[in-house]
Amino acid sequence: MNLRKLVWRELFERKSQMLTCFLAILLGITTVVAIKNVTYYSEKAVAREMDSLGANVLVLPKSVTLQDYYSADMHDEVIPEEYVMRLTMSDIQGVDNLSPKLHVPVEVGGKNFAFTGILPKSEFQAKASWAGAGIFSRPIGCGAVDVAAESEPEDKKTLVRKRVIKDLGSHEILVGSDVAAVQGAAEGDSVTLLGESFSVVAILPETGTVDDSRIFGHLHTVQDLSGKGPVVNCIEIVGCCKEIAAGLVDGVNKLLPDAKVVTVKQVVATQQNVNHMMGRLSVIFLVIIVVVGGAGIANYMYANVHERRREIGTLMALGAESGLVLRIFLLKATLLGLAGGVGGFVMGTTLAVTLGPKLAGVPVLPMPILILWAVGISAGITLTASFFPARRAARLDPCTTFQEI
Amino acid sequence: MLRMQNVSKTYQHRRQTVAALDNATLRIAAGDFISLVGPSGSGKSTLLLMLGGMLSPTSGKVFLDGQSVYDLDFNGRARLRKKRIGFVFQTFNLVPYLTALENVQIPLYLAGASDSEQEERAIALLQRVGLGNRIDHKPAELSVGQQQRVALARMLANDPALILADEPTGNLDPETADQVIRFLEEFNEEGRTIVMVTHDPRAASRAKRTLKLADGSIVDDDASPDRSLQVA
Repeated sequence: MNLRKLVWRELFERKSQMLTCFLAILLGITTVVAIKNVTYYSEKAVAREMDSLGANVLVLPKSVTLQDYYSADMHDEVIPEEYVMRLTMSDIQGVDNLSPKLHVPVEVGGKNFAFTGILPKSEFQAKASWAGAGIFSRPIGCGAVDVAAESEPEDKKTLVRKRVIKDLGSHEILVGSDVAAVQGAAEGDSVTLLGESFSVVAILPETGTVDDSRIFGHLHTVQDLSGKGPVVNCIEIVGCCKEIAAGLVDGVNKLLPDAKVVTVKQVVATQQNVNHMMGRLSVIFLVIIVVVGGAGIANYMYANVHERRREIGTLMALGAESGLVLRIFLLKATLLGLAGGVGGFVMGTTLAVTLGPKLAGVPVLPMPILILWAVGISAGITLTASFFPARRAARLDPCTTFQEI
Repeated sequence: MLRMQNVSKTYQHRRQTVAALDNATLRIAAGDFISLVGPSGSGKSTLLLMLGGMLSPTSGKVFLDGQSVYDLDFNGRARLRKKRIGFVFQTFNLVPYLTALENVQIPLYLAGASDSEQEERAIALLQRVGLGNRIDHKPAELSVGQQQRVALARMLANDPALILADEPTGNLDPETADQVIRFLEEFNEEGRTIVMVTHDPRAASRAKRTLKLADGSIVDDDASPDRSLQVA
């Protein structure tokens, strides 16, 4: 005989009660795990989508306002291109993509457009690789899990969404939809800009923004042809919202004290709101489960103590001390909690993986870390809910074992 | 061995004070076999519980081998019971989900005996009460007489010097009751002190000494004055 056997045998003595209690814990933890799992992948999917909406941090020359940037989109103030390398080589966390830009006015077919120099991502990677450090030597992105299929060859038109492009030749250009419509340009055409001939590699889809009136070329080509040297008008940064909230902007400000760093608040705020909403939803469910589940377990344990008064009194008459009685009930609670936690994790994960994609529209993968979480929550609830019933049992008057007092 | 000194126990019942035991003074010598008799509500079980360290008196003292029982804390009294006292209940109070063997092992487990010690001694005790072939039976699979014998084996597990029996024959037929009393006599012959509450005159007559209680007071004692009884 030992404590484990005493508890184990009693659990199976009252099977229906034990099963009811176990099911309550199991279903509660199943729900929480499933929600947590689906929420995690939904958040990542949303983050991925939000990231694709564009830059949310801008590095501008000191004298330029955000209004200038949006309304005119053309200003003469510049910052050194070297800032891009500084950002690339820094240890600032949360910078997903960088897009330095230099705008120069060009006339095509008698109309004025903006010729915007951009730096392809492959050149960042080459520099970072050469330097042996920087953002490309550490994990990048906002933790967004790309669960899509293998990446396909890059479509240059994605520039309008992702703000960066992987490769771009020195005499290749991407043409905005308005420019293409006005000039009747098509992919494969040649266009002369600033005295040089460029090949149109893509016509960008209409966005309804100033991008429609732009022609995008290689930054260094634009710098050379404009004679402005190694400078840019702005650096667009796709920063991770979490890191922005945690002080990414301050970090960039310290790194680039001669530039102005501003956040595009709507994009950041929207993503943060979505994340907060999902987080809150998860917490609300957790609180409901904890309260309802805890109350159910406490009720079961109080009933169990009441039902076992004679047995507890007998044990006390035989010499059991109050600590042992307390341990009997807390061990029982722990066993139920562990079983409910493990079972809830398995069921919750299965539900999330099978139903998550149908309900939330995002692929969901198992999250092994949730087993610790599930067992912790489950055992925590059962132990907390059982503590007072167990204490009552430990303080029970042993006289109740006798029929007559 | 046992001494009660001016012990009273009162309860509050519907705003009225009820005296379950009224200023009882009593000495019980080691090796005695005492039956407590009296009508229901006379205070027999209250007295038994107090002797067993299970019910604090409102006033007065209870001594077991010179130790004031209620000067010990709750767990101290539990340890005292574990080492010195064996209880026998009218309804046996076996743990229903444990086998006969496991029931007898409980006091041994509480005393810290190893698994092998527990098993060896429990089997020996069950054999002693004639249940060596029922060790794996649960209480519900045993007759009431067999259940009481399992309870006797369990009571003996820690070799108690004092046995407190609360109507041990109350639920038994005469033949089985006689068998249980014979066991108690046997335990008494081994030198154990026995205090038995009973309504059964035949069982009471087998004791060496009979105390009669009425309205919370000891009103009669068939022992001679040199057996140290004082009636309050």
